[in-house]
Amino acid sequence: MTFTREKDFGTPEATGEAVSLTIDGQQVSVPAGTSIMRAAAMVETAIPKLCATDSLESFGSCRMCLVEIEGRKGYPASCTTPVASGMVVRTETDKLRKLRRGVMELYISDHPLDCLTCSANGDCELQDMAGAVGLRDVRFGFEGANHLEGCKDESNPYFTFDPAKCIVCSRCVRACDEVQGTLALTVDGRGFASKISASQGEGFLASECVSCGACVQACPTSALIENTVIEKGTPDRAVVTTCAYCGVGCTFRAEMRGEELVRMVPWKEGKANHGHSCVKGRFAWGYAQHRDRILNPMVRNSVDEPWREVSWDEAIVHVASEFRRIQNSYGTRAIGGITSSRCTNEETFLVQKLIRQGFGNNNVDTCARVCHSPTGYGLKTTFGTSAGTQDFDSVEQADVVLVIGANPTDGHPVFGSRLKKRLREGAKLIVIDPRRIDLVRSPHVEAAHHLPLRPGTNVALLTAMAHVIVTEGLVDETYVRERCDTEAYGEWAAFVSDPARSPEAIEELTGVPAADVCAAARLYATGGNGAIYYGLGVTEHSQGSSTVMAIANLAMATGNVGKPGAGVNPLRGQNNVQGSCDMGSFPHELPGYRHVSDSVARAQFEQDWGVTLDAEPGLRINNMLDAATDGTFKGIFIQGEDILQSDPNTTHVAAGLAAMECVVVQDLFLNETANYAHVFLPGSTFLEKDGTFTNAERRIQRVRKVMEPKNGYADWEVVQLVANAMGLGWTYTHPSQVMNEIARLTPTFAGVTYDVLDQRGSVQWPVNEAAPDGTPTMHIDHFVRGKGLFVVTDYVPTDERTGPRFPLLLTTGRILSQYNVGAQTRRTPNEAWHAEDRLEIHPHDAENRGIRDGDWVALRSRAGETTLRALITDRVAPGVVYTTFHHPDTQANVITTDFSDWATNCPEYKVTAVQVAPSNGPSDWQRRYRAQADQSRRIETAEPAE
Amino acid sequence: MMRIFVSKDMASVALGADSLAEAFASAGCEVVRTGSRGLFAIEPLAEVETDEGRIAYGPVGPNDVSAVLDGSHPARIGRIEDHPFFSGQQRFTFARCGVTDPLSLSDYAAHGGWKGLETALGLSPQAVVDAVKASGLRGRGGAGFPTGIKWQTVLDAAADEKFIICNADEGDSGTFADRMLIEGDPFCLIEGMAIASHAVGASHGYIYIRSEYPSAIAAMREAIARSATKIAPFTLEVRVGAGTYVCGEETALLESIEGKRGEVRAKPPLPAVEGLFGRPTVINNVLSLAAVPFILAEGAQAYAEVGFGRSRGTMPVQIAGNVKNGGLYEIGFGVTLGELVNQIGGGTASGRPVRAVQVGGPLGAYFPPSMFHLPFDYEAFAEAGGLIGHAGITVFDDTVDMAHMARFAMEFCAVESCGKCTPCRIGSTRGTELIDRIVAKAPRAAGTLETLPQMRNARTAARSHEEEIDLLRDLCDTMKHGSLCALGGFTPYPVLSALDHFPEDFGSGHALTEAAE
Repeated sequence: MTFTREKDFGTPEATGEAVSLTIDGQQVSVPAGTSIMRAAAMVETAIPKLCATDSLESFGSCRMCLVEIEGRKGYPASCTTPVASGMVVRTETDKLRKLRRGVMELYISDHPLDCLTCSANGDCELQDMAGAVGLRDVRFGFEGANHLEGCKDESNPYFTFDPAKCIVCSRCVRACDEVQGTLALTVDGRGFASKISASQGEGFLASECVSCGACVQACPTSALIENTVIEKGTPDRAVVTTCAYCGVGCTFRAEMRGEELVRMVPWKEGKANHGHSCVKGRFAWGYAQHRDRILNPMVRNSVDEPWREVSWDEAIVHVASEFRRIQNSYGTRAIGGITSSRCTNEETFLVQKLIRQGFGNNNVDTCARVCHSPTGYGLKTTFGTSAGTQDFDSVEQADVVLVIGANPTDGHPVFGSRLKKRLREGAKLIVIDPRRIDLVRSPHVEAAHHLPLRPGTNVALLTAMAHVIVTEGLVDETYVRERCDTEAYGEWAAFVSDPARSPEAIEELTGVPAADVCAAARLYATGGNGAIYYGLGVTEHSQGSSTVMAIANLAMATGNVGKPGAGVNPLRGQNNVQGSCDMGSFPHELPGYRHVSDSVARAQFEQDWGVTLDAEPGLRINNMLDAATDGTFKGIFIQGEDILQSDPNTTHVAAGLAAMECVVVQDLFLNETANYAHVFLPGSTFLEKDGTFTNAERRIQRVRKVMEPKNGYADWEVVQLVANAMGLGWTYTHPSQVMNEIARLTPTFAGVTYDVLDQRGSVQWPVNEAAPDGTPTMHIDHFVRGKGLFVVTDYVPTDERTGPRFPLLLTTGRILSQYNVGAQTRRTPNEAWHAEDRLEIHPHDAENRGIRDGDWVALRSRAGETTLRALITDRVAPGVVYTTFHHPDTQANVITTDFSDWATNCPEYKVTAVQVAPSNGPSDWQRRYRAQADQSRRIETAEPAE
Repeated sequence: MMRIFVSKDMASVALGADSLAEAFASAGCEVVRTGSRGLFAIEPLAEVETDEGRIAYGPVGPNDVSAVLDGSHPARIGRIEDHPFFSGQQRFTFARCGVTDPLSLSDYAAHGGWKGLETALGLSPQAVVDAVKASGLRGRGGAGFPTGIKWQTVLDAAADEKFIICNADEGDSGTFADRMLIEGDPFCLIEGMAIASHAVGASHGYIYIRSEYPSAIAAMREAIARSATKIAPFTLEVRVGAGTYVCGEETALLESIEGKRGEVRAKPPLPAVEGLFGRPTVINNVLSLAAVPFILAEGAQAYAEVGFGRSRGTMPVQIAGNVKNGGLYEIGFGVTLGELVNQIGGGTASGRPVRAVQVGGPLGAYFPPSMFHLPFDYEAFAEAGGLIGHAGITVFDDTVDMAHMARFAMEFCAVESCGKCTPCRIGSTRGTELIDRIVAKAPRAAGTLETLPQMRNARTAARSHEEEIDLLRDLCDTMKHGSLCALGGFTPYPVLSALDHFPEDFGSGHALTEAAE
C-alpha cells in the first residue's frame, strides 16, 4: 500500500436538498449548505486552502480560497460561501492567481525556509500551496519583522509546538474547541503579534491540554507535529486498524515507515470516532516496543525460582502435559481459563473453544466478570440483549443525557468529546455521581442537575426518579402498553409509587435533596429524546444488576428505547469487552449468549467441533480461586488479564493462585499475576495481528496486522499451538477462518465476514438475514425478548457499612492518561500526567485527620491496608474518598472487599468502608509485595556459549 | 432666577464648560446642562434664557459671568439658530442636541420626543420597515447599506429571540457624532432602538460603547434606567468595549458582546440571519438608529425629500483636524466637499492652504483641493476612489507629508488588526516596512539570505524604486480584495489615494535615476 493522505474536502458535510451550480464550467449537484470549496472538491477541483479542513467549521481566515462568482462583487472565500442554485463559480482566473500569490508571498515573508530539513517536509500544506500558486519571489524579502525567534514548546512528551512554523490559521484552536471541546488553546495577542497559546501561555504540558492530538492533526504545517515524525520521518504506508484501549473503539490509520510505526492518526471514516482520538490511542502505543516486553516463552517449576527461557515448542508441550497431568490427577474440571477483553474476538473465541473442546469443561470466565457482567444480565432480562441499544452517533440526536456512574471525559474520552459537543449545542445534562466529574461543569458545559449521591445508593435514587415519573403521570403510556409486558409494568408501577420510595423518603439515605431528584426525573421524562449513559459506577456494586434494570425501567417507562437519540448505553471499559462476552467467555454461556444447558445450541457446537460439551456451567473467576484454595482447582490459562491487580481483595487472589500447580500467563509483560505463574507465554500487540474488536456500540471492526509479531506468534496462533498439543487438530491459517466459524455458530454474527468488514468499514451486530447491514439502534419495533420487562428493584443496602472504625466510603475510578491496571500506559510517557495513584479527600475530612495535600496516608479497610499520597479536593463530598487503580505499587484492590453483585458476582469495587490516617510511607504489605514481586520476576540468563 | 444653558458634552467640558457652569450657579443662576451645539470654536458657550429666546455668548469663561448676565459681553452671539454655522444646517437627528437637558424625560417629550415611537407602535412591524425603506435611510456607520432592507431580513427571519444592537464603538479618528448624540440626546437613540425592536420583533437590545467614552456610557445607562417603562417590554443594556478598534466591525462586535476575543467573523451568515448568539440581529450605527424617530414622526417622505442621488436624508458631518470651525454639521447629502471644508469649516486653523482632507476616518481616502467639487454622496465618493464612512472629515494644511500619512494608515492597520486574516495581519506590517523604505529612498537590496548560494531562485539584484512602488500597489490590491473585513480591505484607500494624488511625497523617479548615475 502506498501512502496517501485522507482526502480533505475543506468544510464539513451538509445535508440539505440538492442544489445545482457550475464550477469552472462543470455542472455540480450538492446538498444545500455545502460550501463552494467542498462542492469543488467533490468534483476533484482542489481550491487552494490553508485554514480550512473538513473536520472543522469554515473560518475564512487564510484568504487562499478566494473565487469569482458571476454577478457578485469581489472575491468571496469559497470555504465560507455556501452554494446557491444556478451559481456560476470560477476557481482559476488571472486575478485569483495574483491574489493567492500575493497572500502566499506574505506568508512566506514570515516563515522559515528550511523545508528540506523540516519534519513536515512532504507533508505540509503550506509547502503544497506555495507550490500550487507558483510563488517564485518574495519581494518583501526575509528581513522584515517576523516570528522566527519563537521558542519551541517541547513540554508535551508526544508533540512539539514550534511557533516559528505557525501560520496562525487557528486550526489547532478550533480543533480544541470544536472537536475535543477542552478549549485549552487560544490566540494570544492580536494582529501581527497573534500567537497560539496553551491556556494562559503556560506551555502545553502545564495547560488544560489533554493531549488528544486533535490540534496536531489539524495543523497544516510542522508547527504542531508528533515527536515520532520528527525522529523517524514521514510515513510511507498506512493501515487502518482499531485502537486497543477503551470500549469506544476508535479506528486509526497506523502510519508506518517500513516495519516501524511512525504515528497513529485517527481515521475520519471511523464510525465510532469520526477522526477524533484521545491521548492513549493517539500517542500511548510505545508500550508495544517497550524493553519490558517479554519475547521468549519462559518456564519454571516453582514461583520461587527465576524464570528460564525456553523454546516455543518446549513451552507449549509443557503447558499441554501439565494440564493433562492435572486433569488426570484431579479431574476434568480442575483446570480452566480466562479470556481477555484486550484480545480479538477470534482469540477469545479460540480460548473458550480450547476450554470447552479441549479441557472438556466450562471453566471459562473473563474480565467482564469484574466490570460489565451486570449489564449483560440486566439488559438481557429487561430487553432481551446483553448490550447497549444505540450507536454513538445517536448522541447527536439526544435532548437530555443522563450520565450515571461514568466519567466519559476520562474513561471514554472520544465519546466524552462527542457528548460535550452535543451539550454545547443545547442538550441538557443530568449527572448522577458521588464525585463532581468534569462534565458537571467545564468550559461551555454545565449539568442541569448533579445528584452527588452516597456511594451504594444508586438503586434507591433511580427508583425515586421512577417514583416521580409514575406518580406525576409522566409515563409514556402508549409506549408501555404497546411495547412492554403490562402486567410486569403494573407491578413495578405500584412498587415505585410507594411513598417509601419517594425522593423525600430516601433523601437522608442518598444525601441528594429531594427537589433535585424530582427536577432531574421530570427533565429526563419530558425533555425530548432521553439517553442514558452509564459505566462501572453502576455495575460494580452489590446491586449492580438491579441498578442496570432500574435504568432499563426508567428508559422503558419514558419510551426511550428503540429510537435514535435515546436508549440505554453502557460505556464499556475495554476495547473488546463486548466482544469477549459475545464470544462465550462466561462459564454458563456459549457464544451468542446461549446457555450451556440449551441442548439445541450445544448440539450445534458439538457437531461443528466433534466433541461432547459439558452441559453444566463452569466456575467463575472467584469460584476458581476459591476452589484453588480448597484444593480442587489446580491449573489455569490466563490470556491478557492481570487478575492479581484488577480483581478485588488481592490477598485472596494471591492465595488462590499460589495454591495452583500450573498457572499459565500469556501477556506482553511480566504482570503482577505472572508473579504466581509457572509458564509465561509472550503475547502479541494489536499491531501484530489480524482480527476484530467489538466496541461498546456492538460495532465489529477490523484489527489489522501492521507488523510481524515480535514474539513470533500472534495470540490466536499460540492458542492453536496449545490446542493442537492437546490433540485438538485445529487448522486455522488466518483469523478470517475463525470469524467464519463464529458466523456459522452465532446467529447475531451470521452475516459477518472479513469481506463485509473491508467493504463497510464496520458493522454493528446483529448482522444477519434480517439486518444484513447491521443494527445501529436495537429494539426499534419490538424488544428482542418480545415485550420489554419491568423488573422490581428493591433497594438492599450493601453489607459494606461505614462505622466508627471505617467512617469513610472509598470509591474508585480511572483517569484520562492511564488505562486500567496501567500495564500499557505506565510504559509510555503518559506517566507525565499521572505518575501515581492519589487519594482524593474532601478538605473537611483531611483537616479532621491533619492531612495536608501531598501527604502520605494509610488507607485501611476490613480487607487490608495500603499507602498512597493525598489530594485534597472538594470534587468528592465529605465522607467520600476516591482513588484510581492504575499503579501496582498502590494496590487499591488490597482494600476492596469480597462483596459482589448478587446476580453476577461482579465485585463491589465502588463501595468500601475505609479509614484514612497520616502515614510515613508504604505499608508492610506493600513492602513485602514489592520484594516478592522483584524476586519473582528474575529471569535466569543463559550461560554464554563458549 | 436666570436660566443658563451650558453644555456638559465631553468636548465642552474639556474646553472648560464645568467651571463656567459652576460660576453661573454661584452667581445664583439656574444652570441647565445640555448637550453641545456642535461648534467648538464658540465653546465654552453659555446661553441665557430671555424673552427673545436663548441668547448665546461664547467662548466665555468663569470670569465673564457678570458681563454675560448683564448682556454686555463682547462675545455675544445672539440667537444660536441665526449663527451662520447653524442657520444652514438641517438638524433632523441632532434637533434636540444642545437644546434640551439630555436626561430630562419631560424635556424630551416637550421637544417632540417619543412621537416616532408612538407612531410606530400604531403600525404593523411591516409598515414600520416599509417606512424606513421609503425614507431611503442607509447605514451611517460607513457601509451605506439600506437600513430598511436589513430590518426586513431580520423581520423575515424566524427565531425565538432577536436582538437590536447599536454600534457606538466610534473609533474613527476625527469622528464624534455618536458620542455627541449619546451625551446630548440619549433618548433619541433609545427611541430609535425601540422602534427597531417593534419593527423586527426583538425583545432585547445592546448599546456597545467604546470604553474611551465614560460620559457617554454614564449618560446612556442613566437614560436607559429612566426610560425603561417607556420602552417596555423591550429592554436595553450598555456593553463597554475593551479598547479595540476592530470591535467596531459588526461581527467582531458580536464576538465581543458574546464574551469572546474580538475577532471578525466571516460572512455569510449575515448578522441579520445569524447574529448575536446565533440569533437574527439588527446591528446599526448610532446615527442610523437616531434618524429613525424623525422618519416615523415626520414621515418617510420628509426625510427622503432631502438628499442627493441615492443618498437620502441628512448626514451629521464631523469636521476636524487642522480646521477653523471644527464641529458637527448636519446637512442633507449633496453639499460639496469644498463647501464643507472652506465655507463651513472656514479653511485651516493654521491659516495655511489646505493640501488634503481625509474623509471617512483613518481608512478613508485623501482628497486634494482639486476634488473639492465632489458632492457628499456615497456613490460619488466611491467612484472617486474614496468613501464617506462615518462622515468624519480631517483637514490637513500644506505642511503635511502624505507618504507619512500613508505609512500611518498601514501602521494603524497593523496596530488594530485582529490578526485573523493573512492580508491584514501580515500585509499591514509589510506595508509599513515597505513605505519606510520608499520614504527613505532606499529600495531593498538582496538580503543576506537571498545572496546565499543555496538560494537559487532568489533575486540577487537590488529592487528599483518603481518596483517598490509596484509592490506597494500589489500589496494594496491583495489587502483590498483579500481581507476578511473593512479594516484590511479599506487600509489601501488612504495609501493609494496618497500615492495617486501626492506622488511627489513618495520620492520622484528622477531623484533615484540621478542617484544611480
